[in-house]
Amino acid sequence: MSSTRQGKLGDWIFFNLTRFFALFVLLMLGGTVASLVHGAWPAIERFGWGFLWSGEWNPPMERFGALIPIYGTLATSLVALVIAVPVSFGIAIFLTEMAPVWLKRPLGIAIELLAGVPSIVYGMWGLLVFSPVFATYAQPMLANTLGKLPLIGELFSGPALGIGILSAGVVLAIMTIPFIASVMRDVFDVTPPMLKESAYGLGATTWEVVWHVVLPYTKVGVIGGVMLGLGRALGETMAVTFLIGNMNVFGGFSLFLPGNSIASALANEFAEADSPIYAASLIELGLILFFITFIVLSLSKLLLMQLSRRGGRET
Amino acid sequence: MAANLATWRRIKNRIAMTMAFLAMAFGLFWLFWILITTLDLGIASLSPKLFTQMTPPPGSEGGLLNAIVGSLLLVSLGTLLGTPIGILAGIYLAEYGKHTWLGRITQFLNDILLSAPSIVIGLFVYAIYVAQAGHFSGYSGVIALAMLVIPVVIRATENMLLLVPNPMREAAFALGAPKWKVIVKVTLRASIAGILTGVLLAIARISGETAPLLFTALSNQFWTLNMNGPIANLPVTIFKFAMSPYKDWQQLAWAAVFLITMGVLALNIIARVVFRPSKHT
Repeated sequence: MSSTRQGKLGDWIFFNLTRFFALFVLLMLGGTVASLVHGAWPAIERFGWGFLWSGEWNPPMERFGALIPIYGTLATSLVALVIAVPVSFGIAIFLTEMAPVWLKRPLGIAIELLAGVPSIVYGMWGLLVFSPVFATYAQPMLANTLGKLPLIGELFSGPALGIGILSAGVVLAIMTIPFIASVMRDVFDVTPPMLKESAYGLGATTWEVVWHVVLPYTKVGVIGGVMLGLGRALGETMAVTFLIGNMNVFGGFSLFLPGNSIASALANEFAEADSPIYAASLIELGLILFFITFIVLSLSKLLLMQLSRRGGRET
Repeated sequence: MAANLATWRRIKNRIAMTMAFLAMAFGLFWLFWILITTLDLGIASLSPKLFTQMTPPPGSEGGLLNAIVGSLLLVSLGTLLGTPIGILAGIYLAEYGKHTWLGRITQFLNDILLSAPSIVIGLFVYAIYVAQAGHFSGYSGVIALAMLVIPVVIRATENMLLLVPNPMREAAFALGAPKWKVIVKVTLRASIAGILTGVLLAIARISGETAPLLFTALSNQFWTLNMNGPIANLPVTIFKFAMSPYKDWQQLAWAAVFLITMGVLALNIIARVVFRPSKHT
C-alpha cells in the first residue's frame, strides 16, 4: 500500500520535473527572442524599417544600417551552397551506391570529422594557410577564366587579396559539406531497396537509379539537408570573421572584395561598442540573423519530417 | 542504334561515378590539408612551457597554462550544468510527451536550437547575465556553453530512449514498478551508452566554441580560477593571437589549435567507435 503511494508521489514528481525542463527549453528560446528584441529596441525605435536597407555603418556619427552585413551573410552562404551542394551530392552517391561495404563506415566517419573540427580552426587555417594559396593560384585563375565571361565576369574581378567574400564562402563550403552530405546519405538510405532493385533489374545503370529513383523519392529530404546546411552557413561566425575582411563599406559586386557578415560584425565590434545605440544596432543585427536562420531551419526540419513520415507509411 | 544508346548510357554512368568519386576525394582533401597543417605547425610549437607558463604579452616567452585550465573549467562546468537538464527534458520527450503539444513543440524547437547560431546564444547570455552583473565572467561563459550542450543531449536521450523496445517497459510495469522507476532503472539504463555518446559529442562541440564566449567569459591574460571575473580560455586566445601580427603569438595559437583539434577529434572518434550504438538494444 505504502509502496504504491510512494510510486504515485514519485511519478508525480518525476513527471513534473521532466516536464519542467522540457518547458525550460521553450523558455530558453523565448527568452532569447525577448532579450534580443528588448536589447535592440533603441535601434528599432530610432531607425525603423530603414535599418534593413540602409548601407551606412558609421559608429562615430551613430548612423547604422544592416544592408552590408546582410549582403555579406547571404553572399558568403550562397557561394558556400553553390560549391557544397554538388559536392555533397557526389559524396552521398559515393557513400551509398559506390563504396565497398568495408569502406562506407570509415569514410562516413571521416566526413563527419570534418564537421567536428571547430570553426576557429577553420578560421585560423583559412587565414594563415588557405588564403595565401587562394590568392596566388585560385584567384588569378578564376579572374582569367570566369572573369572574362559577360555578366558573371564582374563577380571575379579586382585585386586578388586572398580574403573577401569568395574565400570566406569557400571555407564555409568546406564546413557545410559534411552537414549536407550526411543528411543526403541518410535520406538516400531511406529509399526502399525494393525500388532500387527493381530499377537495377530492368537494366538501369547506377546513375539512372540515383537520378530516376532515389532522387525523386528523397527530393524533400535532400532539400531539407540543403536548408540545414544553409542555416549553419548563415550563422557561422569564427571562420567567416577571419576571412571576410570586415569592411563595412560596399565596394561593388565582385566576390574578391572584402565585406562583412552579421555574425562577424558582432564578433568584432560588440565588445567594443561604446555607445548604447551602437550596441543596440548590433543586437538588432543579431535579431535579424536569428530570424533568418530560424525560418531556414524550420523549413529544413519540416521538409525532413515530411520525408520520414512518408518513409514510415510506405514501408 | 541500340548499341549506341547502351554505350551512351554507360558513358554517362561512368562520368557520373567519376564525379562522385572526385567529390569524395575533394571532401577528404580538405580534411587532410587541415589535419596536416595542424599537426605540422602544432607539433613544431609544442613545448613543455605550454603547460607551465601563462599567456605572454607580445615579444616575450610564455605558454597556455591559464587558457588550458580556464577552458577545462568552462567546458566541464558547462557540461555538468547542461547534461542533467538535457537528459530530463529528453526523458519527457521520449516517455511522456510524444503526443502532447508541449512535447511536439519542444522537439521541433530543440532541433532548431541545435543548429542556431552560437553567437546569438552569446548575445542572449550577455543580455541576461553580463549586462545585469556589469562585468564579464566565467559563470556567464558556463551558462552559454550549457545552452549549447542541452539540445545535443536532449536529442541523444530522446533518440536512444525511443530505441528501447516496449516489451522491456511492459515487463517492468507487470512487476508493479511505478513509471519513474521503469524509466530510471530500465529504459534509461538500457540507453546509457547512447546518451554518453551524445554527451561526448556535446563536449567536443563546446570545446572549440568561440563565438558564445566572446561576450561572456571574454579572456584573461593572467592566471585566475575566479569564475566571477573574465577567465582565459583556448578558443578566444586563439582568436586574439591568430589575428595578431606577432609571430610568437601566432605560434602559440597553432599550439592551441593543435590541442583543441586533437582533443575534439579524439572525442568524436571515441564517441563513434567505442560507444558504437548496437542495433539490438
